[in-house]
Amino acid sequence: MQIQTGLAAATESDLFLTITVAEQPCGVPVLAVRDVLGPQAIARIPLAPPEVAGGLNLRGRIVTAIDLRRRLGLPDRAPGAAPMSVVVDHGGVLYSLLADEVGEVVPLHGADAAPNPPTLDPLWREVSRGVHRQDGRLLVVLDVARVLDIGGGVP
Amino acid sequence: MDDLLADFLTETHEGLAAADAALLRLERTPDDKPTLSEIFRLVHTIKGTCGFLGLSRLERVAHSAENVLGRYRDGVLAVTPAGVTLVLRALDRIKEIVAGLEAAGAEPAGDDAPLVAALDALAEGGQAAAPAEPAPAAVAPDAAPEEPAAPGGAAPPQTIRVSVDVLEDLMTLVSELVLTRNQLMQLARARDDGAWSVPLQRLSHITSDLQDGVMKTRMQPIGNAWAKLPRLVRDLGMELGKRIDLQMRGADTELDRQVLELIKDPLTHMVRNSADHGLEMPEERRRAGKPETGRITLNAFHEGGHILIEIGDDGKGLGTERIRQKAVAQGLASEAEVAAMAERDVHRFIFRAGFSTAAAITAVSGRGVGMDVVKTNVERIGGTIDVRSTEGRGTTFVIKIPLTLAIVSALIVEAGGERFAIPQIGVQELVRVGGASGARMERIKGAPVLRLRDRLLPLVSLAGILGIEDGPPAEDGFVVVTQIGAAVFGIVVDRLFDTEEIVVKPVAPILRHIGMFSGNTILGDGSVIMILDPNGIARATGVAAEGGEDQASTGPAGAGRSSADKAALLLFRAGDATPKAVPLGLVSRLDDIPAARIEMTGGVPVVQYRGSLMPLVSISGAGPDAEGRGSQTVLVFTEGERSMGLMVDAILDVVEERLEIQPGPARAGYLGSAVVAGRVTDVVDTAWWLAQGGEDWFRPAAKPGGKRRLLVVEDSLFFRELVVPALAATGFEVVAVDSPAAALGLRDAGEMFDAILSDIEMPGMDGFAFARAVRAEGPWRDLPLVALTGRTDAEAVERGRQAGFTDYVAKYEREALLGALQQCLSALAA
Repeated sequence: MQIQTGLAAATESDLFLTITVAEQPCGVPVLAVRDVLGPQAIARIPLAPPEVAGGLNLRGRIVTAIDLRRRLGLPDRAPGAAPMSVVVDHGGVLYSLLADEVGEVVPLHGADAAPNPPTLDPLWREVSRGVHRQDGRLLVVLDVARVLDIGGGVP
Repeated sequence: MDDLLADFLTETHEGLAAADAALLRLERTPDDKPTLSEIFRLVHTIKGTCGFLGLSRLERVAHSAENVLGRYRDGVLAVTPAGVTLVLRALDRIKEIVAGLEAAGAEPAGDDAPLVAALDALAEGGQAAAPAEPAPAAVAPDAAPEEPAAPGGAAPPQTIRVSVDVLEDLMTLVSELVLTRNQLMQLARARDDGAWSVPLQRLSHITSDLQDGVMKTRMQPIGNAWAKLPRLVRDLGMELGKRIDLQMRGADTELDRQVLELIKDPLTHMVRNSADHGLEMPEERRRAGKPETGRITLNAFHEGGHILIEIGDDGKGLGTERIRQKAVAQGLASEAEVAAMAERDVHRFIFRAGFSTAAAITAVSGRGVGMDVVKTNVERIGGTIDVRSTEGRGTTFVIKIPLTLAIVSALIVEAGGERFAIPQIGVQELVRVGGASGARMERIKGAPVLRLRDRLLPLVSLAGILGIEDGPPAEDGFVVVTQIGAAVFGIVVDRLFDTEEIVVKPVAPILRHIGMFSGNTILGDGSVIMILDPNGIARATGVAAEGGEDQASTGPAGAGRSSADKAALLLFRAGDATPKAVPLGLVSRLDDIPAARIEMTGGVPVVQYRGSLMPLVSISGAGPDAEGRGSQTVLVFTEGERSMGLMVDAILDVVEERLEIQPGPARAGYLGSAVVAGRVTDVVDTAWWLAQGGEDWFRPAAKPGGKRRLLVVEDSLFFRELVVPALAATGFEVVAVDSPAAALGLRDAGEMFDAILSDIEMPGMDGFAFARAVRAEGPWRDLPLVALTGRTDAEAVERGRQAGFTDYVAKYEREALLGALQQCLSALAA
């Protein structure tokens, strides 16, 4: 149980939920995460920015879903592939980040961290808090506030 | 802050509010003993408590005020407005100190000596006869027997204080419960399981009752929002040198406290406006023959799940001319546009941002932030605002707001495969279009319209404005007739579902910039849907822009009804570049005929149309399909069995305009030119072109032997120009006058006619009065008299007959008109 040992050693703020968006591993701070849901019925919201996938019903609360692929400038999901919802709380409002897969909670240590490489896509640089090496993969840590800073409105 | 102080603050707030109101009462009835005692007691209580808590500033001010009040109560000192002002000032000071106390937990620093001195001087001044100042402590026992001191009263309390947060939480929980209930009911309906249905019904009832109950806890009388207004109006009156009587009706009308909070500021602002701009100075009022004391009326009442609040004054009213000039100066509309606008529409300019006509900026209002802010605030809570004003008589604003924001009744609709909720507040009716029995949606150069009874409704496709069309717009569906202010328009949707009580939840901040939605909600089946904001839709599509376009919903028949001379005009191009106009009401349909279907017979282009031949007339002289597009655009005019097509190059637009025809050089086929939509436009003489379409077009009526003389009484130049040529073309000799007075002038001059056609709605003497005048005496008393009007309902017809009209014919119905004329003329001959 690698996670268990890791959890014991880390404080909460070092814990990240790993998700995969179009093959790219990303991390979301566990403290921001409220819920992880399987595929949901998502209602389209007309006139919304393209990154907004729609609204979904989380036990009576309305959650606005953000498609991470669109937000990160990645190609759309294949039709029929259902995304997972990572529900985050931002300023008292719930948003769902749509990811292709949700992995596990891992501790990330400062020692493995690297700042954003200057060659990183500007779109990514904007939402990334840094890059971590983890199990031989590079994991981009997402800044939830920046991810939700979508043109048109101030989150 | 310790509990004792907190309790004191709450209590003092209440006491001060009551004292304010009581003092104003006292000013009107200076010798009202119970009121005096009440105020004295309130101030005394404050003084006593602050002494106990060691609040020295408060104690000194309260003590001096109490002295003055004590003199008033004992009758030693006469109550004067100046005195009341001073005491009110003392109360204000107390409020200030209390506010500081609340913020900092200690009395703020400040010098009350001048105020205290003034109060003391007032008390001294009146006590010339009294030997010595009675000690306040000695006065207190006098007051005490009448009613025990306010705190710790003997009567058991009937109310308890609950924090607003608790109520808000309760409301949220009830909202969730309502949603869950709806969900359960939906499941139960699908299952049809008898065992569940009874307890579920019960749960449903209890939920509804609970919802009502919790809503009630949030309800507050609107009077709470008005409580400060009497004082405000009094102070304003003093400041402006005006006498103002504030009347409040329906103060106990209840509404949700959230709505109440949001409506408070706009209301205050409007009352301020009425006092400052609405009401005139006393001498001005006297000159105008009005009582010197101006009146501001607040009226609140319930109407169909909404609350209506009227704020009226009997002042000078809105200066229509000034607003017109200002609108032009600010570039909001062209001179021609404002000149053509109805007064009401002109008045609505005051809701535009930055629009203020106040000649001078006063301390009270007139800084250019005004009615637009009020309008925005009202719209933010899903309400609407409108204005009625008569120059010299006063102005009344009407605000319509929902009772509550939390739960609204909404209509669920579907468009482009998605469901949406439309709040019931603006929905007037639902109309089915297309299909076998439904009304037909018509298109004018792509813009869909619907003729609904006597109105021409602009239509907005919901899927279209939301950008979710799946394929070309369908011809059948439903129209949700919606009213925003005075504008009425239709929202086209694909399907209608039930109305549901929905719980309004705000949209996420990242979606707030989309103006079309006022929130979102979860339906009984658990799906998330958006709640449409009709105000936003109106704004986005311009169907209800403040000002000019409002009247666009009045169709051609409505022009007769309103007699505002406005008519829907179809603009088209034919031949030269000058746009041409024809009244939309005369056109029965627009068609694009494939060039291949156009045949020639005897040199005239014809087309087979509904089983008969329809001649096509060219307005430019060019042949069919001159532009080689493969088809020809045609305006089809139909009368009875006959149809005629007028070939035009392109349809430009449909506009609603007051038509001022400049007669200009006589040209066959044109009545003259007019400025329409800012461009010089040729107004087509439909009758002349119809005559080109077939020799026999008007022949049936042209037979009554010899030239018959007709008198047409019609105030609108436009309709005169329309009717006269049509009648002349059928062989009548027509004399047209613009008013009944002019007509009666002809009678007195000895003119004689065979029949008279008269409009009904005319300024000054109307058609009914005219008919009675004709029937009363003189050589015309036995002439056939035909009413020409937009209204032909049974009631109007009966009224017309009683006034003495022989027959009643709708404008534009040429055949009916000719038939009626023929009938009365032949009856006369027989």
